Amino acid sequence: MSEFKPKTLIMSGYGINCERETAHAFDLVGAKTQIVHITDIIENKFLIDDCNILVFPGGFSMGDDTGSGLAYANIVRDNLSEQIEKFIERDTLAIGICNGFQIMSHLGFFPIGDKNYGTSKTALTFNSSARYRDLWVYLSNNQEYIESEDQEYVKSEELGTGCVWTKNISRLHLPIAHGEGRFYAPENIMEQLRSSNQIVLKYINKDGSKAIGDANPNGSLDDIAGICDPSGRFFGLMPHPERAIYSVQNEFFTLDREYRSRMDIDMPKFTDCLTIFDNAVNYF
Amino acid sequence: MANRIEVKYKLGIDSRGEVIKNKLISLMEEGAIPQANINSVDVVDSYTINKNVPKETLKLIAESLTNPVSQIYQIDDSFKENCDFALEIGFKPGVTDNVATTARKGIEAKLNELFDTNESVHSTRYLLINGQELNQNILNSIGNILANPLIENIVVKSGNDFLNNGFLPYVPQVILENKPTAMVVPIRDISESELKLIAKQGILDPITKIRRGPLALDVDEGIPIKIIQQHFEKLKRDPTDVELECLAQTWSEHCKHTIFAANLDDELSATVNNIYKTFIRGATNKIRTSWKNRQKEDYLLSVFKDNSGIIKFNEEYAITVKVETHNSPSALDPYGGAITGIVGVDRDAVGAGLGAMPYNHRFFFCFADPKSKRQLFKNKNQESGLLEQKILSPRSIMDGVIEGVKDGGNKSGIPTPQGSAFFHDSFSGKPLVFVGVDGILPLKSANRNSWEKKAKSGDLVVMLGGRVGLDGIHGATFSSESMDSGSPASAVQIGDPITQKKSSDAIVKELRDKNLYTSITDNGAGGLSCSVYEMAKESGGANIDLNKVPLKYPGMRPDQILISESQERFTFSVPKNKIVEFMKISKKHDVEATVIGEFNDSKKAVASFNGELVLDLDLDFFHDGLPQRNLKTTWTPDLYKHEEPFIKEQNDLTNTLNSMLSRLNICSKEFIYEQFDHEVQGGSVIKPMVGKGKVDSDATITRPVLSSMKGVVSTQSLYPRYSLIDTYHMASCAIDTAVRNMIAAGAKLDRMVLLDNFCWCSSDEPERLGQLKRAAKACFDYATVYQTPFVSGKDSMFNTFKGFDENGNTVKIDALPALLISGQSIIPDVRKCQTLEAKVPGDLVYIINSTKKELGGSEYHAMIGESDPNRNREFVGGIVPSVNATFALEVYRTVENIIESGLVASCASVGVGGIGVTLAKIAIGGQLGMQIELDSLLCSPAAYLVKRIDHVLFSESQSRFVVTVDPEKKYLFENKLNKIPYACIGFVSENNSFTISKSDKKIIDSSINDLSEAYKKTLRGY
Repeated sequence: MSEFKPKTLIMSGYGINCERETAHAFDLVGAKTQIVHITDIIENKFLIDDCNILVFPGGFSMGDDTGSGLAYANIVRDNLSEQIEKFIERDTLAIGICNGFQIMSHLGFFPIGDKNYGTSKTALTFNSSARYRDLWVYLSNNQEYIESEDQEYVKSEELGTGCVWTKNISRLHLPIAHGEGRFYAPENIMEQLRSSNQIVLKYINKDGSKAIGDANPNGSLDDIAGICDPSGRFFGLMPHPERAIYSVQNEFFTLDREYRSRMDIDMPKFTDCLTIFDNAVNYF
Repeated sequence: MANRIEVKYKLGIDSRGEVIKNKLISLMEEGAIPQANINSVDVVDSYTINKNVPKETLKLIAESLTNPVSQIYQIDDSFKENCDFALEIGFKPGVTDNVATTARKGIEAKLNELFDTNESVHSTRYLLINGQELNQNILNSIGNILANPLIENIVVKSGNDFLNNGFLPYVPQVILENKPTAMVVPIRDISESELKLIAKQGILDPITKIRRGPLALDVDEGIPIKIIQQHFEKLKRDPTDVELECLAQTWSEHCKHTIFAANLDDELSATVNNIYKTFIRGATNKIRTSWKNRQKEDYLLSVFKDNSGIIKFNEEYAITVKVETHNSPSALDPYGGAITGIVGVDRDAVGAGLGAMPYNHRFFFCFADPKSKRQLFKNKNQESGLLEQKILSPRSIMDGVIEGVKDGGNKSGIPTPQGSAFFHDSFSGKPLVFVGVDGILPLKSANRNSWEKKAKSGDLVVMLGGRVGLDGIHGATFSSESMDSGSPASAVQIGDPITQKKSSDAIVKELRDKNLYTSITDNGAGGLSCSVYEMAKESGGANIDLNKVPLKYPGMRPDQILISESQERFTFSVPKNKIVEFMKISKKHDVEATVIGEFNDSKKAVASFNGELVLDLDLDFFHDGLPQRNLKTTWTPDLYKHEEPFIKEQNDLTNTLNSMLSRLNICSKEFIYEQFDHEVQGGSVIKPMVGKGKVDSDATITRPVLSSMKGVVSTQSLYPRYSLIDTYHMASCAIDTAVRNMIAAGAKLDRMVLLDNFCWCSSDEPERLGQLKRAAKACFDYATVYQTPFVSGKDSMFNTFKGFDENGNTVKIDALPALLISGQSIIPDVRKCQTLEAKVPGDLVYIINSTKKELGGSEYHAMIGESDPNRNREFVGGIVPSVNATFALEVYRTVENIIESGLVASCASVGVGGIGVTLAKIAIGGQLGMQIELDSLLCSPAAYLVKRIDHVLFSESQSRFVVTVDPEKKYLFENKLNKIPYACIGFVSENNSFTISKSDKKIIDSSINDLSEAYKKTLRGY
């Protein structure tokens, strides 16, 4: 754990609702977190000026009425665009989870292959079932699928998406909970996205092979669950790592515990999902 | 002038049209709408901006409503594409339009100016439908299924009409023409029959000449209205309409629970004076006395007096719990009723003590079979004989209720893991919609005990949250009656989770801990009339100015302002020196707060309007003027005698087990759980479904404090069908099941509390009240043995439908009397919790405690009855499960210890469907095989009186568990059981096979795949 405690600003208000558990995850890895209401930031814009990490948590900002994340993004854009521009220019990190990913997409945190921040290039739209879903999924931090279970897994650094947040992570098991999480971009953008190594997380089957059926729970193009900007500092994902940081949160916790106890192995307290937050703190 | 902005997804992105198309096709196959071919459905969202806006600004607004990557927009023109029909759905005037509110706020921010009261935004959505054999008639049916005509306006246009004209701006504003005043209602010198009319149908409106809606003051031969008459005779004046409406709300069955507080008299047993005090609160008092005598810690902080029960969680926090029902509104508008229910019950957490943060939602639904074709009508036109006011289909009710709870829970950011559904025909007229919430609050807030509060004389009355409209007027009096043709449509409301989320954030994250108020309560049934004058009891009086209450639209009468049940509102008492900061923080959270009056110690409930007193009543009369009711009860044993049905014994029960697993009351409710966010806030440990095979769990566990491993176990149970035999056992089994479900998950008996939610029917009939008395008695008998106190409860006494069937015959449908028992318990360390599914091949399977031949009211009997073509009545049977509480307590203490010691790999509570279904669920959950031999069980004390295999497998005897055990722990495990009957009946296997045999003969020979399919298929795709 690094000595420096990066100042971490966690956005809240107007229907964002995952700020508490997201702050808890950052607290656990030694960040200096502050949950701020959007109105407070608009009144005290300097708060963004010295923050190291900006966090857009999940939720239902403005009820997702008029399109998920759109109304909240409009408030940010109308009031804070100058601060956000400066924030992007500094050596900072930002993460958007679920509704936060939708907000960050609208705000243009994810230019493709260039540095033209501020324009939305990708969209997150209705799940293919047109229905809200809460279920656990498997993700790979990788652009390649492995063929079968016995094949050696290729570590992400070797392929290198360059995303700061997913260093040392190969696979994750965590929940999604959204109605509008289907990743979409026009084909030309998709090609650029692939070639500029900005696809960070993909839905996969449990054994690591290409997602079939529910393994890609919303019909995302290319099974995309998370992307980053070309610098790797800004990261957005639909699944919720903050809901899966303790092993007791895992959907198969009691099963895992039973197997470990028969082999006399202790249950770890935390899971790989905590590494995401740890990576951010260790960046500074 | 109004402008219209339309937004459409680019080609191939919007999945909604395809999903609607598939739904329509399946509804056509089921016959719910006439047959036609549908090739495609496209969806367009639209906004009408009812405000003068320059064209360039309109473009900016349209851009702010559009995602340029995926969407396109048009201004003042429809997306005129070829289609066969276009169908537009918009809200009727006065119905909450949450999408429009968000759009309006965005526009206000863009323009940097607020809308006037006569300006507005309205959202609509239209579908472009292509297909063959479509006609206006079919489109009307489609409209009536996709929208609710009660609250939504449906416009159907032919393809040509649409291409030529498109859709126009749609402005459904409420316009109230009258100049509102209060009026005096003469009740002193009027005829008995006129008095009765007022009491039953409401005050006659002098302008419209229509009665304003039920006051429900006519019960008990009109005692309530006569008491009011006498009171005003003493005052030598007549009441105002405000006073009458206000008293009707406060004295309603819904608010005062007059039946539970009544003197219940019968010929056989002793009179019970107030079953609530005697049996429910009586149980809690007895338990607390026994704790005191044994010097055991009393962890109950506030029970039966606040919006929720409050108990101690640890040295820093308290937790709250509350369950409500929202049945009548959900019958009229399932979506609106359910979302209002769940968002409304959250205010019982936020309004509990000084304000708790909701962290766990509960739900339980009782529906009719969604495939049922039964048609019901509320009214038959006396002249034409035509049937009117068709009741929504069971499918529409189910879909709408689930959608409502989904939006209410998900958008509030409160997880909804706990609940299930029960299906029975008796719920076809009116569903039961239970909604509940657990909250958490620090024990101390600004150095105050957080579970106590008291408004002080001199404090300001502050209303915070949404504005007041006509919605929900007469909700409290309406739900206190059976549903018939007079049920008012204005009783419908739609909750707005985002307004409430902003309000509760302001309260529990800032206002509370900054010590800015002395008391708080929510605005629920009866609106301000209940909340303000309920709090007035704390200070000794209150005086409010109804002109100060912020309204959704001008023109509301003072009585309407006072009793409106518009949602998302709280009432506070705020010391004068804190009001500035209170207002500042509310504004920051974008929540409207308004000072509407002052608390005092005048002993009076007072309100004024236009400078005149419109309400001026003694607080004592207001709250306690209604005398205790005297009600007759009867209990006629012959009514509940059902023969034990003859069921042919079969050698192979494989198909029987499959059919049982597919039963609505047993099968997977995955389609519900998946739509409810059950993990937000990060506290979820045991989820609604467990194991790789995802079987429904009987209990869920949540950690309300993320840094602590202490958890809260929740469960709910009900057995309405047992009421056909004996409501006493219906209640005792519900209690036993709730306790057992929590024990199986690892909960502790010494930190376990219960909630009672009675949903009764025809409670004006002595026999129904006799059933009620028996059920309440069981609550006392069992809770006191288990030492599980009741901490909160509620009742809904008139779940009865009166109307007509499709042939015009009069029908009265009584919902089965139901008691939902909700349990809340603490598990000191969630790492020791347990789930029901098998974990490791080779583990031994045990059954704990005795199986008896108790199949009365069982799911097995119901299934056999339904499959018998010669029977048109339900198969019930005579012997309903009964619970030996003293022995069960010993079993529960033992199992508690076994789980704590880590001696089992899984633990399942045996419930509906008996051990046959439980074994299958254990195997499906683990996706592991299971080989069971029944011989050892049949000759052991655990089942020695049961001779038939189907009885052993499907009897619903209570207080039993099935566990799986690591063979290495066999002896340690068995030693713990001591005197408790048990049997080792088989083992978990690695293969796909599931067998149950007796004397080496396979009675059930199935596979995990087949069982899983049987368990999942029934409600898949809903």
